[in-house]
Amino acid sequence: MNELLLASPIVGLSILAIIALVLDARDDKNTNLGFGFALGSFVLTLLLSICGWMGGFDSSTFVADESLSKGALNFEASAYFYDMLFLISAIFSLCAARPYLQRENVESTEFYNLVMFSVAGMMIIAHSASMLTLFVGIEIMSLSFYILAGYFRFNKKSIEASLKYFLLGAFATGFLVYGMAMIYGATGSFYFDEIHLAISSGEVHSFTYLKIGLGLMIVGLAFKAATFPFHQWAPDVYTGSPTPVTTFMSTAGKASAIIAFIIVTAALMPSTTGIELVDLNTSTAQMVIALISALTMIIGNITALVQKDVKRMLAYSSVAHAGYLLMGIVANSASGTRGMTFYITAYLFMQIGSFVIVSIFERNKGENLKFSDYSGLYKKHPLMSALMAIFMLSLAGLPPMAGFFGKLLLFTAAIKSGFTWLTIVAVISSVISMYFYIRLVLNMYFKEPPEDSAMENTGGLASLPVYISAIVILLLGILPFLLDDVILKF
Amino acid sequence: MELQLTLFLPLVGSILLLFINRENEDLIKKTAFGTSILALFTSIWLYSSFDSSNPDFQFMLDVSWIPAIDAGFRIGIDGMSMLMIMLTTFITPIAIMCSFDSIKKRHKEYYTMVLLLQFGMTGVFASLDLFLFYIFWEIILIPMYFIIGIWGGKDRLYATVKFFLFTVVGSLFMLIAIIWMGYYVGTEILAMDSGFTTNFIAIREVSSQIPFDLQQWLFLAFGLSFFIKVPLFPFHTWLPDAHTEAPTAGSVLLAGVLLKMGTYGLVRFNLDLFPEASIHYADIVSVLAVIGIIYGALVAMIQTDIKRLVAYTSVSHLGFVVLGIFSMTETGLQGAIIQMVSHGLSTGMLFLMIGMLYERRHTRAIIDYGGIAKVMPQHAAFFGIAMFSSIGLPMLNGFIGEYLILLGAFESEVLGSYWYTLFGTTGVVFAAVYLLWMYQRVFLGKIDNPENKKLKDINRFEWSMLVPIVIFIVWIGVYPRTFLSISEQSTEKLVKKIETVYAPMKVELEK
Repeated sequence: MNELLLASPIVGLSILAIIALVLDARDDKNTNLGFGFALGSFVLTLLLSICGWMGGFDSSTFVADESLSKGALNFEASAYFYDMLFLISAIFSLCAARPYLQRENVESTEFYNLVMFSVAGMMIIAHSASMLTLFVGIEIMSLSFYILAGYFRFNKKSIEASLKYFLLGAFATGFLVYGMAMIYGATGSFYFDEIHLAISSGEVHSFTYLKIGLGLMIVGLAFKAATFPFHQWAPDVYTGSPTPVTTFMSTAGKASAIIAFIIVTAALMPSTTGIELVDLNTSTAQMVIALISALTMIIGNITALVQKDVKRMLAYSSVAHAGYLLMGIVANSASGTRGMTFYITAYLFMQIGSFVIVSIFERNKGENLKFSDYSGLYKKHPLMSALMAIFMLSLAGLPPMAGFFGKLLLFTAAIKSGFTWLTIVAVISSVISMYFYIRLVLNMYFKEPPEDSAMENTGGLASLPVYISAIVILLLGILPFLLDDVILKF
Repeated sequence: MELQLTLFLPLVGSILLLFINRENEDLIKKTAFGTSILALFTSIWLYSSFDSSNPDFQFMLDVSWIPAIDAGFRIGIDGMSMLMIMLTTFITPIAIMCSFDSIKKRHKEYYTMVLLLQFGMTGVFASLDLFLFYIFWEIILIPMYFIIGIWGGKDRLYATVKFFLFTVVGSLFMLIAIIWMGYYVGTEILAMDSGFTTNFIAIREVSSQIPFDLQQWLFLAFGLSFFIKVPLFPFHTWLPDAHTEAPTAGSVLLAGVLLKMGTYGLVRFNLDLFPEASIHYADIVSVLAVIGIIYGALVAMIQTDIKRLVAYTSVSHLGFVVLGIFSMTETGLQGAIIQMVSHGLSTGMLFLMIGMLYERRHTRAIIDYGGIAKVMPQHAAFFGIAMFSSIGLPMLNGFIGEYLILLGAFESEVLGSYWYTLFGTTGVVFAAVYLLWMYQRVFLGKIDNPENKKLKDINRFEWSMLVPIVIFIVWIGVYPRTFLSISEQSTEKLVKKIETVYAPMKVELEK
């Protein structure tokens, strides 16, 4: 019973999602109900996870081995914190999606339903204590995403995005499962804590399998997080999908992949012990991830540099941000995780903010707005331009925005672990990224609007997440300890 | 309290402006100007309670901000920062005044940006925490980016992006250095709980324990950021574009204050924290400074655009300042500090007067002018004063700084060669050539162009901007003690620190 309470955010959301499915089957025309139900479920689950995060559920009598899930779920404060991030991202995406879908005349209840399922999957990832639960979580999330990406059934690009995502995603999942099997073979356990114990004490059946397994898992997760060289799907999928879906995928989806990365590497790359273990060299794995991280940020930013389409630029830049986030994994230390958690939070808000603004101004399906379309936006929509400028400067990592402090923490972690070269690469790629971020600001503020400018604010409900995100970005930038202290307590 | 007021008044002013209706231009201008004047008065109050005989930091404030990385809101000033803050609060009202007529669109945003810029500049000169310093350093970018980009000249987009990217490259390397040093000092030397510190005072006390090779890297990373800002040859290429395209007030603030942030940083951080590395690199930097002096002057000579010409003189004049700093003698450093103030006044005034010409004639090409002194005699007279001050005529401010710098470079043990002075002096001669030649082509001779015949001379309002500057130009030129004495003690302390570091190095060199 106690465990049910602890797991109430996951269990609750899963049950609510199934109820929503039944409601949908009875009456699929009532979108008000579908939207309201989904939003209500998210808010309820958010409250539950806040409760869990504050330690509201008594976990003193909880014994992992005797529990219902046999210890396959963890109930640490950090997991609840990640739940909150996913839920906030989902709520914001829903708010942005409603006016967008209505405008495009494609609103239906299953959209909201799928978002609910995918969030349930993400929460399972955050709470997973075993490779099996991790896999289940990743699959629930990914399957929902495959469908969401193709939500514009009559749009070729959207279908292409969906199919591409599905085929490549299924392929990557194969790597992931194979890696898990190898690790199971090497250590004899699916549980992360037992794997960690086995590796730190050296009781591993075969180090070869362990290494291959770790390598395969890194490949699978790198695909999910869209990092180099497995990032090619991301821009196509992100641009092809409906913008609110992109918002959701590139924030919560990416965050959950990075969190899966954190969980796996924490178990498989012992940072405090086992350096003497001749057979498993943690620094080799670190070096591999460092290379992935460095190439991801450079390739992501350079490709973003030459884009004409704002949505595509944001898609590539989100690839680059996954590179920055990986710096925390490379650091393989407490301060690395701390930096990552802060940056994930900051990234979530700035990315949601900018994508929602993009979706607000989008005109027709399939036709994305270019940089030049944003020219002189300031004249017509001063507030939205100002907020967009805040998001861009935060993505670029300028103080006093939250993005800056996140980068500072990540750089600190990398330097502490001796990866100064990676920090220098990160700085150089940041400079590259400045160019296209400020280019949008430049277009909005310094150029005259074109004669036939048809930029209309179709905001309504969608403006709400933009305002909240901007406030959070500034707040976390000026008073970063508000969040940092919370993270330190994990 | 005085310092906090001086720092935060502009920020309060810029927030106030946001609540004023954009139609009410008059009130916007009055609020902006009023705020800057108020800040000027508080800085005078600050000066009156400042103790020049104390070499340490004064008006210190230490408020915990982000305990986890030991970053605090730490501010305080010594003699050099005092002078720089006075310069900022003095130049800003003038910059605001000169914008009243020349800025014709988006008044509200403009004055908000200018006040935000003042907040950032004062913050840079007052912060005693590297984290805080970095934040102020970066905050400045945003208003300047908009000031050039929205209210600038024809090629403003190119200029503003170039300005932005150049500065960002430097400052990000500085960020790495700050993190690296914060980590090293916090963990290896002080073994703090947080394992990280950005407390400048604490770092300064133990900075001699940072190993030499690490010091070298830190020096270069900090230095790159400051060299770009100064700008030292060969990092100067952003400057002519930014200066030329910026609106008059932007150029005045850029030349008057922003460039000094670079030289200020060199003295405050590079010299004070890494004296060994500074001595090690002194000759390379000084050679670049001398190249900058001569190169800036030569390029200025062939410019056809007045504003661009004056922009290049900055490269030349700031070369003097860097030479003075890296002479590492008290004379040279004092000269450099006084030259920072002088350059702010004289070049600021030159830009101001070019702006006045531009307002009337809407061209910056030297060839379009000629014989202006006949129709605008008062303007020509004021321009003459600013020009002679820039050339370094005795009894005007420019002379004091340049003289002290060249003397300091001559007697410097660290540089150990009179060639720096010898080549540096040619810069003064070149300055006379390019400025006098420009003056001759613009103001003297016959009026060839009929359009110049109708130009009106400067009015009372413009007088009120110029007279205060002229007063200080003459004051510094005739009785520099007032200003030199402010920074004397703190400079002496710094030079003593460098000498103690240099003594063992010298013995080793002689072997």
